[in-house]
Amino acid sequence: MNCKEEAIALMHKYLDDDLTQPEEKKLRLHLQSCSECQAHFHELKRTISLVKSSSAVSAPENFIADVMSNLPQQKKRNHYIRWFRNHPFSTAAAVFFLMMFGGVFSAWTEDQQVTVSKQENLVIQNQVVIVPEDVTVDGDLVVRNGDLRIDGAVNGDVTIINGDILEKKRVQDSPLDGEKYMAYVSGEVNEVNQVFEWMWYHVKETLEGVFALGNR
Amino acid sequence: METLIKQKIKEIKKGDQAAFEDVVSFYQHKVYQICFRMIGNAHEAEDLAQEAFIRAYTNIDRFDERRKFSTWLYRIATNLTIDRIRKKKPDYFLDAEVKGTEGLNMYSQLAADQALPEEEVESLELQTYIHKEILALPPKYRSVIVLRFLDELSLQEIAEVLEIPVGTVKTRIHRGRETLRKRLRHV
Ligand SMILES: [Zn+2]
Repeated sequence: MNCKEEAIALMHKYLDDDLTQPEEKKLRLHLQSCSECQAHFHELKRTISLVKSSSAVSAPENFIADVMSNLPQQKKRNHYIRWFRNHPFSTAAAVFFLMMFGGVFSAWTEDQQVTVSKQENLVIQNQVVIVPEDVTVDGDLVVRNGDLRIDGAVNGDVTIINGDILEKKRVQDSPLDGEKYMAYVSGEVNEVNQVFEWMWYHVKETLEGVFALGNR
Repeated sequence: METLIKQKIKEIKKGDQAAFEDVVSFYQHKVYQICFRMIGNAHEAEDLAQEAFIRAYTNIDRFDERRKFSTWLYRIATNLTIDRIRKKKPDYFLDAEVKGTEGLNMYSQLAADQALPEEEVESLELQTYIHKEILALPPKYRSVIVLRFLDELSLQEIAEVLEIPVGTVKTRIHRGRETLRKRLRHV
């Protein structure tokens, strides 16, 4: 057998697990009789074990964080906005259940206290929140579990949960009573008197918050 | 593991960026190792490995889920590294051989406050020498040797990573192995 051409080629095939049985026998017989090839074969095997013995190197400790902070950002945000837009019903349902377990129902049934979002200069009398004549509320007003009487004015939206807007006597006399109290309120007036309406009010508010975040 | 990675890739394709963290966590050392052993120094290896992961993320829609993810990822990493080696000025190679050991110095640093046994000093010197000899190989032999003996990929996988025929992989491994044999026989 030619050492340089054939025997060395067989050694490499052996090291690649590529040797057929007759080839293996051929190589073994040659190695038994040729010390030069024996040495060569030994060196090749040792070379591989030396290379393999190089200890594995590890990525630096901060590697994962560095990669994550260098990823392009849009992909993630767009995805959530897209999902909300494509699944308005699922979104509303999810928020509904969140609030159900979040204690909205119990708040509705247990909390019968009159609450008002702004207390300054407002009068609360017998479950009625009064905006006195000389008072202008700047911003939105939310009244819960009580009626609201506006003698002054509200510079914003009004929401009444489980209550009514009471009209002053002189307003009631007027044929334009509906429009009359609107005149005192610069924004929208929402009356929420049913638990489901109240729920929807929360859902809408929460969603608006979610979208405001998403679009920022 | 491939199955779990495939699940993560589905999540990434749907837009879940956080799922990519698990992919990075699982492959970081392998990818870093390929870059480090091929380019020779820790700083450039970190840069290349990061770039490889970022490219994998931005091109994830182009990954065919019927294929093995690691093959695709290693291909990105080796292509980037080979490109970087080509762009280097030829005389940089001398430089790289000298600088190429900095990644291994961490072993001596780790042991700084305790006396390093003599055999470990010897083994560090030996490892540095082997590392330099791998780096001295022409890049086309270097890549197959690194993938075969340090990352223990099969010949078929190496062929897919480098996009060359299996026969070519074998030829390059034989030549690389012979070159290293000549350089390491007296060690
Ligand atoms: Zn012989």
